[in-house]
Amino acid sequence: MSEKILLRHEDVANLRELDVYVSDGGYATALRVLKEREPEDIIEEVKASGLRGRGGAGFPTGMKWGFLPKDNPLRYLCVNADESEPGTFKDRQILEHNPHLLLESMVLAAYAIKCHKAYIYIRGEFAQGAKILEEAVREAVAGGHLGEDIYGTGFDLDVVVHRGAGAYICGEETGLIESLEGKRAYPRVKPPFPAVYGVFGAPTIVNNVETLCCVRPILERGAQWFKTIGPEKSPGPKLYCVSGHVERPGVYELPMGTNLRELIYDHCGGIPGGKKLKAVIPGGSSVPIFTADEIDVNMDFDSIAAAGSLLGSCGTIVMNEDTCMVRALRIIARFYRHESCGQCTPCREGTGWLERLMIGLEDGGANDRDVDLLMQVADNMMGNTVCVLADAAAMPTKSFVTKFRSEFEEHLQHGGCPQRSAEAMRASAHA
Amino acid sequence: MAVEFSKESKAHFEEILTRYPKKRAAIMPTLWLAQKDFGYLSHEVLAYVAELIEESPAFVASVASFYTMYYKKPMGRHHVQVCTNLSCALVGSDNIVNCIKEKLGIGLGETTPDGKFSLDEVECLASCGTGPMMQIDDDYWEGLTTEKTLEILEKLAAG
Ligand SMILES: Cc1cc2nc3c(=O)[nH]c(=O)nc-3n(C[C@H](O)[C@H](O)[C@H](O)COP(=O)(O)O)c2cc1C
Ligand code: SF4
Ligand code: FES
Repeated sequence: MSEKILLRHEDVANLRELDVYVSDGGYATALRVLKEREPEDIIEEVKASGLRGRGGAGFPTGMKWGFLPKDNPLRYLCVNADESEPGTFKDRQILEHNPHLLLESMVLAAYAIKCHKAYIYIRGEFAQGAKILEEAVREAVAGGHLGEDIYGTGFDLDVVVHRGAGAYICGEETGLIESLEGKRAYPRVKPPFPAVYGVFGAPTIVNNVETLCCVRPILERGAQWFKTIGPEKSPGPKLYCVSGHVERPGVYELPMGTNLRELIYDHCGGIPGGKKLKAVIPGGSSVPIFTADEIDVNMDFDSIAAAGSLLGSCGTIVMNEDTCMVRALRIIARFYRHESCGQCTPCREGTGWLERLMIGLEDGGANDRDVDLLMQVADNMMGNTVCVLADAAAMPTKSFVTKFRSEFEEHLQHGGCPQRSAEAMRASAHA
Repeated sequence: MAVEFSKESKAHFEEILTRYPKKRAAIMPTLWLAQKDFGYLSHEVLAYVAELIEESPAFVASVASFYTMYYKKPMGRHHVQVCTNLSCALVGSDNIVNCIKEKLGIGLGETTPDGKFSLDEVECLASCGTGPMMQIDDDYWEGLTTEKTLEILEKLAAG
């Protein structure tokens, strides 16, 4: 797949501007669909495409849309542009460089689900992205692609850009909804799911930026075309974010199901400085880690799950042989302790425990039983909470300890990090 | 003197209200607007926002305190935030933090005596492929080396 769909801005200069986007065929699909097709028919096409959510869970998009109750005409579309999972930096590419792809896809999605108000929840740190989006919305309204009576079809869509203000938990869809309502972003107990009871008490569809951006291509070229890309059960183009110890880190658009080894060695040019690979986190810091021997796996939802991890947000973090796994897990533990919203005791207390144990292991002062304790704390956090952030902290912990146990034991025996891990990381950065 | 929005910000606030079916949902954008106008969210500012939104000051304060980007104390003219999450740590964010600490003579969470810079570390800013990186105010600075970092700080210090 050499033609870029989601990263088309890499091939077309200034695609961010409305006139460039339009002369590249932009908004033609929205025009055609709004004039010629019925909403139900669009939902069927998205179902037939096999599109699955790119925000982390891989839920079938058309099916989610189909869950909206038929009797309530008021409903909202929320775009999840909170992109905060460590190692993930794909949605930002689209927001900053191809905002009209998102807006056109939103028009199509909103038409399909008969919704007239959409919010784009964008993380607060994306100040530039928010400015670009707001400008794109203004341009699109002025051009008649958004707003009232779009293309004279009588269909209205008002789009509001809503900025977050620094809290990872706003990426969780019900945390996002609470935050959008002007509250602390405490995730809600589910069910009811947002499609039944969402923002402002109305049925709501929350979709990730990349998920929605597949909608225009699907309606432009057809569900059958979409299904020809990648594996049958999770088709389509996919954005892979690769960071850490590779020659060419970056966002790569490749078919869903691209092999992880090929991604690292062919697309990203392998490990710099002739170093050996030690480990890879395939889907953002929340998912179980792979050792160097486990990377012959295809990067799609089902294949990665079968191999014991998760595709998650597709944030692939590559670590070379010099990386201290205790240091790496300590950073992950700090993140989840910092980001736990504090509603559930196992998560609030558990993430604090995990970080304290990791500090003891790296800096010294840990007890003999602390490696076992890490595993116990992680076990007790899983499956007991309002949202899965607790699991997201526990899963990497369990996999790091299980797969790199000797390194953890070594830290215990040594009374701290034997190789001053920070030094090693620094050295490898300049290799 | 009681805090009050400028005429321009008042108009902006009225526009914000039209975006949501419920007034309370205007809290976050109004706090952003207030932070832009007043620099940080003091008790007086929070009380003012509460009055505008018709919620209690305690409610508005509890919302503001949940989100790290709302300032609860005065900040330096430039807010330097270095990402120290995993991908950036793998490519040397420690070096960048140390170099900034040394250059500015302050630690994390501190502000220089002249009020020009505040320094913090932050979690992942979705720039992991171009680390190490930092955010200064609204701008991202990516692919940092210590030389580049010093150059950026010097330019801002002079400006
Ligand atoms: C702790 C946590 C953080 C999340 N962060 C994000 C995020 O930053 N962006 C995102 O799109 N989805 C995120 N999600 C997933 C959302 O809850 C939700 O599944 C997604 O927005 C649904 O959209 P999709 O079906 O298009 O993937 C997060 C989930 C959890 C539990
Ligand atoms: S699991 Fe953690 S982040 Fe999720 S609702 Fe509970 S305390 Fe909050
Ligand atoms: S880890 Fe630094 S920007 Fe993502």
